Amino acid sequence: MNSCLQTIQDYGLRSIGIGENLLPKTDFTLCQQFTLIGSGLIWNVYFGALALVAGFFLANAIALAKTARNPWIRKPAEWFVFVFRGSPLFIQFFLAYELLVLLPRSGIEVLGITVQTSWLTKAWAGALIVLFLNTAAYSAEIFHGALRSIPKGDLEAADAYGISGWQKFRRIQWPTMLRLAWPSYTNEAIFLLQSTTLVFFSGFPAFRQQGDALYYANYFADKTFNPFIPYPIVAFYFILVTLVVIYGFGAVNRRLNRHLPQNMRAKIRLRPQVIR
Amino acid sequence: MKKLLLATAVLAMTAGLAAAQDKVVRLGTEGAYPPFNFIDDKGEVAGFEREFGDEICKRAALTCEWTTNEWDSIIPNLQSGNYDVIIAGMSITDEREEVIDFTQNYYPPAASAYVAASADADLKGNVSAQVSTIQAAYVAESGATLVEYPTPDETIAAVRNGEVQAVFADKDYLRPFVDESAGALMFVGEDISIGGGVGLGLRSSDTELKDKLNAAITAMKEDGSLNVLIEKYFGAEGLKF
Amino acid sequence: MLAACADPKGIEGLTWLTCYLTSGKHLDFYWSFGTVLLLLLVTAPSALLMGFGGAMAARSQIAPLRWIGKGYTAMVRGVPDIVYFLFFVIALDQGIEYVKNLMVCPAGSAWPWQGLEFRVCQEAKVPLASASQFAYQAYGFFLAVITFAIVFGAFVANVIYGAMQAVPRAQLETGEAYGMSHRQVFRRILVPQMWVYALPGLSNLWMILIKATPLLFLLGVKDIVYYARELGGTKTQAYDFPHADWRLYYFLGLLVFYLLMTRGSEILLGRVAAKLSKGQATAAGEAMRKAAI
Repeated sequence: MNSCLQTIQDYGLRSIGIGENLLPKTDFTLCQQFTLIGSGLIWNVYFGALALVAGFFLANAIALAKTARNPWIRKPAEWFVFVFRGSPLFIQFFLAYELLVLLPRSGIEVLGITVQTSWLTKAWAGALIVLFLNTAAYSAEIFHGALRSIPKGDLEAADAYGISGWQKFRRIQWPTMLRLAWPSYTNEAIFLLQSTTLVFFSGFPAFRQQGDALYYANYFADKTFNPFIPYPIVAFYFILVTLVVIYGFGAVNRRLNRHLPQNMRAKIRLRPQVIR
Repeated sequence: MKKLLLATAVLAMTAGLAAAQDKVVRLGTEGAYPPFNFIDDKGEVAGFEREFGDEICKRAALTCEWTTNEWDSIIPNLQSGNYDVIIAGMSITDEREEVIDFTQNYYPPAASAYVAASADADLKGNVSAQVSTIQAAYVAESGATLVEYPTPDETIAAVRNGEVQAVFADKDYLRPFVDESAGALMFVGEDISIGGGVGLGLRSSDTELKDKLNAAITAMKEDGSLNVLIEKYFGAEGLKF
Repeated sequence: MLAACADPKGIEGLTWLTCYLTSGKHLDFYWSFGTVLLLLLVTAPSALLMGFGGAMAARSQIAPLRWIGKGYTAMVRGVPDIVYFLFFVIALDQGIEYVKNLMVCPAGSAWPWQGLEFRVCQEAKVPLASASQFAYQAYGFFLAVITFAIVFGAFVANVIYGAMQAVPRAQLETGEAYGMSHRQVFRRILVPQMWVYALPGLSNLWMILIKATPLLFLLGVKDIVYYARELGGTKTQAYDFPHADWRLYYFLGLLVFYLLMTRGSEILLGRVAAKLSKGQATAAGEAMRKAAI
């Protein structure tokens, strides 16, 4: 037990470069596998959380752009959603990496200032951008659908009260859209988290053997030549994280629905609506 | 009586034949590591190990089938019985020896080398290597920043596009890339010899097969035909027995 | 192979490109698109079947069966599908050989799992060691189909379970009022009516399935991603057609393929949805009725 605490101390933050420099090589214990794979989970949460938060804002903008009358605004939004929803994330990662390494090493001159580009090829930035755009496209589609299913009566009521323009959007349309979209958006959050496992799997290389949960699971499967222990550990961790997500989003959902009578509230039902 | 004897003899012969045919040995390779093994433009396994493997099978009187498998899972699939022999430029190491058996080496302990885009490359900086190779383990311990890619090809691409300062891999694999790069890539630093040479990987339980293959390899070493093969695929710089 | 391509290193320009694009390996590459399409065509109905079974089990009156059904539908919630892909194939392969081992191996054979090795007698190998290369590929493909069917079946089960719950209770009660038995109500009313509710979810799953096919190479099937990587990589003089790193172009090709696939499916599924919504007591059906008046 003591040695396990030692292992956690040594490897608990290994994935972000704190602790032992070298990974265990022989005599793999269950404790090591749990610790290192759990340490890798930090990256999954990092990618998932940041992409989701940033993607939320872009998704709102794109959902609105999709409802625009002006084709110069609508068409690019539609194409953006189509490309990111219509192709496998696996291929998106790969292409993104291949394109990012083509950027000049010395940086790009913009208005006399040299902008560094080399950090873009690192997973923490490059993969995050891909995930951010990807989740923005999926969420935009959800929000767009929700915008279109806002009850007509709500909008007419707003007109009757003389609320219009920005006021109408902020006070009526947007909250209703969020409320309608939230169950699907919860699913999107879960599946985004799952797809973070693809980061080190296609395209982006791991530096200093710092990778995500699946990377370490792969390492152990490769070293112990036994896939039946590390992968179920990954599964176990992801179930835990999913439960946390469901709990958190459920709390938000209750808040969004708090003005409605009990029987009209939207329940979050986990449905595979929007994975990639 | 004579007839009957003849009939049994024929029967015995065909039975023997049938038994020989039953014993198909499946060879598993990666198919992405020229000149050791690669998929040629016809879509067939080719390279040094193809020719070597076919020769070994002929000498050991085995019927052999070729199959390819991702490097990542090449050992679990051997243990699962999806093929019987790994012939994929796999270096003999203690770690691997714990789970599978190796024949004697059919390629001498070869040098691994760094290749970089400039002569003054920092070998303690970012160095790429293929994931789960002995070279990757070496780089991790050398204090350099290990950058891992799933295929050997990507490790070299990373040097070309400046993602890493150098790539660390088998020198024989790197040599054609350096030769054909028209000066864009070069060997830097000293060669490092790691691993116990390249051997055929087998399940520990397949002792009979191991003996047969070992005998065939010994024969090829003794009559010099192995050296001829090495010369053919690795050129004059290839290490001989 | 064309006659002009006999000496690949002596030709250049358009002839070179033609020869390059018709090399044996490229033909394999083109075939692999067929493999992917075949996988989709085989997996979709199998996953549907698995999902249907799962949903039925989850609704069952018998508790153990219901637990299995619920457990199965819960399986894909939360766990990334790639994790299943990484060890299902070996697990399935060993499972199948173990079962066959029980049937065909002589009595008293050793327990197959010896440490890390998995050993069954020669007769229990699937396919037999003497089988042709094609048999091996077919078997690998078959394992991939099963893996996809199990994982996606769980998704389908979720959708179908939801759709069955969504069929208006009144419709089922009407059936019962006409004296139909439980099974009759299930077969004649619930199942036909449920499709319209299941279709949006199933369409989504179809899209997801298309987009999951790049993971096929994890299952040991030589799919389009495998060939794109293999063909695109830098080729030295050891090959007939040496070239620089062209993976970017190959992967752009794959991107276009996938965009076309999803776009085509979207259009097709839109038509099916319109057909199914006709005369249904749903918002879409109501809109169609109004438009017709």
